[in-house]
Amino acid sequence: MFGPFDFGVIIHNLPYLFKVGMTFTLTLTALAIVLGVFFGTLLAMMRLSSFKALSLFATGYINLMRSVPLVLVIFWFYFLVPYIGAWIIGASQPVQVGAFMSSVITFSMFEAAYYAEIMRAGIQSVPRGQVWAGYALGLNYWQTMAKIVLPQAFRNMLPILLTQTIIMFQDTSLVYVLSVTDFLGAASKIAERDGRFVEMYVFAALVYFVVCIAGSFLVRRLQRRIAIVR
Amino acid sequence: MNYHWNWKIFWQLTPEGTGTYLHTLLVGLMWTLATALAAWIIALVLGAIVGVIRTTPSKWAARLGNGYVELFRNIPLLVQMFLWYFVFPEFLPKAMGDAIKQMPPPWASFVPAVLCLGTFTAARVAEQVRAGIQALPRGQQMAGTALGLTLPQTYRYVLLPVAFRIILPPLTSEFLNIIKNSSVALTIGVIELTAAARAMQEFSFQVFEAFTAATIIYVVVNVGVVFAMRWLEKRVAVPGFIGPAVQGGGH
Repeated sequence: MFGPFDFGVIIHNLPYLFKVGMTFTLTLTALAIVLGVFFGTLLAMMRLSSFKALSLFATGYINLMRSVPLVLVIFWFYFLVPYIGAWIIGASQPVQVGAFMSSVITFSMFEAAYYAEIMRAGIQSVPRGQVWAGYALGLNYWQTMAKIVLPQAFRNMLPILLTQTIIMFQDTSLVYVLSVTDFLGAASKIAERDGRFVEMYVFAALVYFVVCIAGSFLVRRLQRRIAIVR
Repeated sequence: MNYHWNWKIFWQLTPEGTGTYLHTLLVGLMWTLATALAAWIIALVLGAIVGVIRTTPSKWAARLGNGYVELFRNIPLLVQMFLWYFVFPEFLPKAMGDAIKQMPPPWASFVPAVLCLGTFTAARVAEQVRAGIQALPRGQQMAGTALGLTLPQTYRYVLLPVAFRIILPPLTSEFLNIIKNSSVALTIGVIELTAAARAMQEFSFQVFEAFTAATIIYVVVNVGVVFAMRWLEKRVAVPGFIGPAVQGGGH
């Protein structure tokens, strides 16, 4: 650690870093986007619903998730999911779900609260007349939502949804607290094994930086294109 | 579900013998608040400076400010935490780096955690400060110049007093974020609230009581901050100058 820096350690471990680590990070991010947007949209619809109970539940859930740290939520789900699993399948012992499943559920449910607020703004950005037009055409609530409101809401909110996704890509590094081998977990395991903290963490920072900068550059381009079309 | 609930656990003594479990959690809360407040001072000062230079006419200063924001926003907080803890002391002169590493606990992890959270949040504060200044009508700065004020004077007496009032709501959410983000410091050994709950869970095996208590404490702190900031917003409001709130995102 005190000797001159040895950047060979990065080259030697590239396959491990990317094949194991980055694959985990990207899979987790992708699954959490899909499930998070799905549940987030449902939550947003509940929050805007005229049924008081639904909207109260959604509001409570969103506010709760937004006021506790992600690290605590990761711990919560890591211990809670085995019990919920046991309850669902009626087992008497907590079910072993593993760190990966637990991370996917955590990030989906946590990000759903953030996506929900974005989708709520998106739904509200669609003029009320569109909804009335849908009803006037004889569509029911779900048809109006699926065919008229949500497509426009997604489109309006796409840049913000993607920005939130970049933030989530960074936040997945926090699964480190479950000793999972995501990209940072892989880097940290090598750092500790070989005592190469400086090289590994600087490299990890560089990779995250490049991915996120490229991502935000693409989002900005998309934003400009959308702005012109609208 | 055969989980054995025991809510009386909070009044039991910990095996370390330093007090009850409730005491452990409250000490954790103290470290959470200490980390967040110390980092918030850095974030406000540094964020204001970076935010201001991004709006100055000087091209290279603006570029420097933009670079700072991009750098700190595009690296995960946890990685930054490791950089401050493991990497930063290596790049200092040897004596200074060793001095930092050999500080007695908890300072050896508290100081890097504060520096990390402070510089990380400064980038986000800078973004808000820039947005706040740019939300002001251009005429404000021209009026300042026309009155014979220098550029620093224009910022000090004309632009910043109003800009800071406009961005109070997003600053509130940044402050809430810094409290939540301080939990990341547990990875480098700061025993803040989440770490305290985790320690309580490991010693007592009462997982859900420990996490429920931590969750409630976080929610109460959140609500407290929101009310305090609402009061502050009313205190400092200038009639007719309630600008549109600049939205803060992320977490």
